[in-house]
Amino acid sequence: MAYSEDDLKKELKDQEYKYGFTSNIESEVIPKGLNEDVVRLISSKKNEPQWLLDFRLKAFAHWKTMVEKRWAHVSYPEIDFQNISYYSSPKAKKEVSWDEVDPEMKATMDKLGISMDEQKALSGVAVDFVFDSVSVKTSFQDKLQELGVIFCSFSEAVKNHPELVKKYLGTVVPPTDNFYAALNSAVFSDGSFCYIPKGVRCPMELSTYFRINEANTGQFERTLLIADEGSYVSYLEGCTAPSRDENQLHAAVVELISLDGAEIKYSTVQNWYPGDKDGKGGIYNFVTKRGICHNHSKISWTQVETGSAVTWKYPSCILKGDNSIGEFYSVAVTNHYQQADTGTKMIHLGKNTKSTIISKGISAGFSNNSYRGLVQIHKNATNARNFTQCDSLLMSDQCGAHTFPYIEVKNSTAKIEHEATTSKIGEDQLFYCNQRGISTEKAINLIVNGYCKDVLNKLPMEFAVEAQKLLEISLEGSVG
Amino acid sequence: MENINTTIATSEKKDKFLEVLSTLDFTTENPTFLQHRITSQNELNELDFPTSKTEYWKYTRVGKIVNNTYTLGQPEKIDVSDFLIPNLDAQVLVIINGHVVADLSDFTSVDGVTLTSLSHAKKQNFEGLKKHFNQFTQDKKEIFLAFNNAFHTDGIYLEVAKNKIIEKPLHIINITTGNNTISQSRNLFLANVGSQVKIIESFVNVNGEKNFNNHVSELIISENAIMEYNKIQDKKETNFSIVTEQVYQEANSNFTINTATFNGALVRNNLNIEVDASNCETNLNGLYLGKNKDHIDNHTVVDHKKPHCNSNEIYRGVLDNESTGVFNGKVFVRPNAQKTNAFQQNNNILLTDNATVNSKPELEIYADDVKCSHGSTTGQIDEEAIFYLQSRGISKKGALKLMINAFAKDALERISIEALQAYIDNKIEERFI
Repeated sequence: MAYSEDDLKKELKDQEYKYGFTSNIESEVIPKGLNEDVVRLISSKKNEPQWLLDFRLKAFAHWKTMVEKRWAHVSYPEIDFQNISYYSSPKAKKEVSWDEVDPEMKATMDKLGISMDEQKALSGVAVDFVFDSVSVKTSFQDKLQELGVIFCSFSEAVKNHPELVKKYLGTVVPPTDNFYAALNSAVFSDGSFCYIPKGVRCPMELSTYFRINEANTGQFERTLLIADEGSYVSYLEGCTAPSRDENQLHAAVVELISLDGAEIKYSTVQNWYPGDKDGKGGIYNFVTKRGICHNHSKISWTQVETGSAVTWKYPSCILKGDNSIGEFYSVAVTNHYQQADTGTKMIHLGKNTKSTIISKGISAGFSNNSYRGLVQIHKNATNARNFTQCDSLLMSDQCGAHTFPYIEVKNSTAKIEHEATTSKIGEDQLFYCNQRGISTEKAINLIVNGYCKDVLNKLPMEFAVEAQKLLEISLEGSVG
Repeated sequence: MENINTTIATSEKKDKFLEVLSTLDFTTENPTFLQHRITSQNELNELDFPTSKTEYWKYTRVGKIVNNTYTLGQPEKIDVSDFLIPNLDAQVLVIINGHVVADLSDFTSVDGVTLTSLSHAKKQNFEGLKKHFNQFTQDKKEIFLAFNNAFHTDGIYLEVAKNKIIEKPLHIINITTGNNTISQSRNLFLANVGSQVKIIESFVNVNGEKNFNNHVSELIISENAIMEYNKIQDKKETNFSIVTEQVYQEANSNFTINTATFNGALVRNNLNIEVDASNCETNLNGLYLGKNKDHIDNHTVVDHKKPHCNSNEIYRGVLDNESTGVFNGKVFVRPNAQKTNAFQQNNNILLTDNATVNSKPELEIYADDVKCSHGSTTGQIDEEAIFYLQSRGISKKGALKLMINAFAKDALERISIEALQAYIDNKIEERFI
């Protein structure tokens, strides 16, 4: 019998998470619960200076006054913040040489398909591997050091470059920004720090792999990336997480600072555990990502979102400087009972600022996939330009695809375009392919790939491969 | 502490409204309809005026309306000849401050058409009214709607009998007068199976500033019926309007609404359309021209509940001086509403840097075999097009006027009443001289 759409639906329904496994590494976990002492404990475990402890305490004090906002088009049970352990680190001390790394961890990385061996071989990608909360291994440090590029874990940056961290931490995403940003600011465990000096073009793609491993350990990373005047950096972030029954919370904060003439390309492949096919388990992914552009600078966000039970994420650009550019390219796939509410904010403050938003949503199963975006043109942003396109593809009659754009214009020279479409794969399109000897499965693959091409093209080569793999896993049967 | 204070303040404002409105005497009302009022009065206890945090009112502050102190608007005798549409042969009905004034109206009775005041219809206890009155306006958790439910005065009741086609349009002139008056008019239009009707309603003002009209219309379009409702909002003075239309469409019906807003210190249109059967067609078109400190807000909801329906929506705005335009269009496609075709478009032109546009076109879709799209643009008149016209000997001013006129007139193409189309075109041209 020929492969039909019903077969596809069945396959989609039965598709299980492929990367579900747990590695047994002893971890140091502090008891569950959250209070001021826990914040102090995290800070002292990391030997942090007083100013950072003050930053945490101030954020925590503010968080206590905040109420979780539920405006996003997602639903999930109340989170018990006292039932989460806020710190865990692998017992193994920081390794100096690659050989000394815990073999089990190496195996984990192998299973993920991102082993250091592979990475080393692959065109010089420096990986800052975050296993749970503490950075374990950083490679290619020497080459980067020659150029003056700083790429290290957040805690190292606090120790070695406090002046930079102090100057920029919390300037783009203030601790008071929102409920989860405040929580992150109070209890963040570790993360990545990156500084590109003036005029340096970072010769390799920088990448970090996040992974939640310890059960019931919320991860609160903090990434701070500064591109100084005239520099360029391409930064990759990707993640997979093992199968767990209890919902795990992930609330990261990412801050990008693009100074005059700099360019930051930030790519994400997100594949946290999405829960099983009955919607049980899965990660809650509540992320605050924002970048600020100074004169003539550019920030480009690219994301492929296939995982998490609930995603709540709006990578944004504040186009503060004149002639700055913001871009957002996104593919979001939801299957089974996944829920995603994602999009971007483009805040145009400077003159001649430009922004482009391309968002592609694919929903299957019983999932709900929403695009929520804000384009704001302020009064002094003369000649601002925005183009937005958000398309949704529906692959079952039980799923939902939604679009909530907010467009606010206060300047008469602005040119704003927004368009959105929602449809399913056309029967005529499939018929056309069938007629030319292409099987239904291949035809769906072809159409979905073509549909996402605008975004996948923006990913760096290594990532594009992984992204396609993830699309396959998320929608196996329809893709590839 | 701060939160507690604001709660007290807004509920005080509500009490001030209630104090004025509760002087209205409804003791002689038909008990069936009186019960509706009591239900809504109870609902009002739970509601409060929207704040900047209320998503549904995100871009419109009602402070100007709710901070004012009002007296009840009374029926008056005034000259309505200014508000008649030239060359239009229509049945004319006049509402002044929420009261139907029979002396000023000019209509003849027609077979198969029940055309009367709502208060009279309530006394007569018409079946159609009993069935549909307040059918879809209760429990909507909207304070202004609840106020109207509880304290509306009067308005027009129209029922068109089965298969009756009315050629002559109905023209309702809804007038407010006086300083700081409040009026709450209410209409119900019922097109029975297979009937056809065209309605025009002008919202205007005579002498007076800061008066507030909180209007509600209920429109029911039965199977195979066709209704066209044209709304002209043109209050030249500094006045406030909140207008809610609750539309309900049955199978194979066709409904078109055209909204032209020329003025208004604060105008808020809530247009809610429930398409609850198959093979329906819905057209929503709007034009808003803001100047000075006008604030014009159009909220539309098209709720597709059943398969095989089409909806088409175009709203256009030209905003001058310090005016603000708001568009929030929402299209729902419910899980079973397969084969829905929904289109939504909003275009805006800003003429100055002090004007603002907030556009929020939304899609919420739960069915897969649908074609839904929307578009929103904000920009200015194309310099190259102006240059082209100038090179053909048209002055810059003339070219600008031509372009704006073309842009604005496009939105209301679907008006099928020629005299009305000419009247609106003329008003647009007068505006951009």
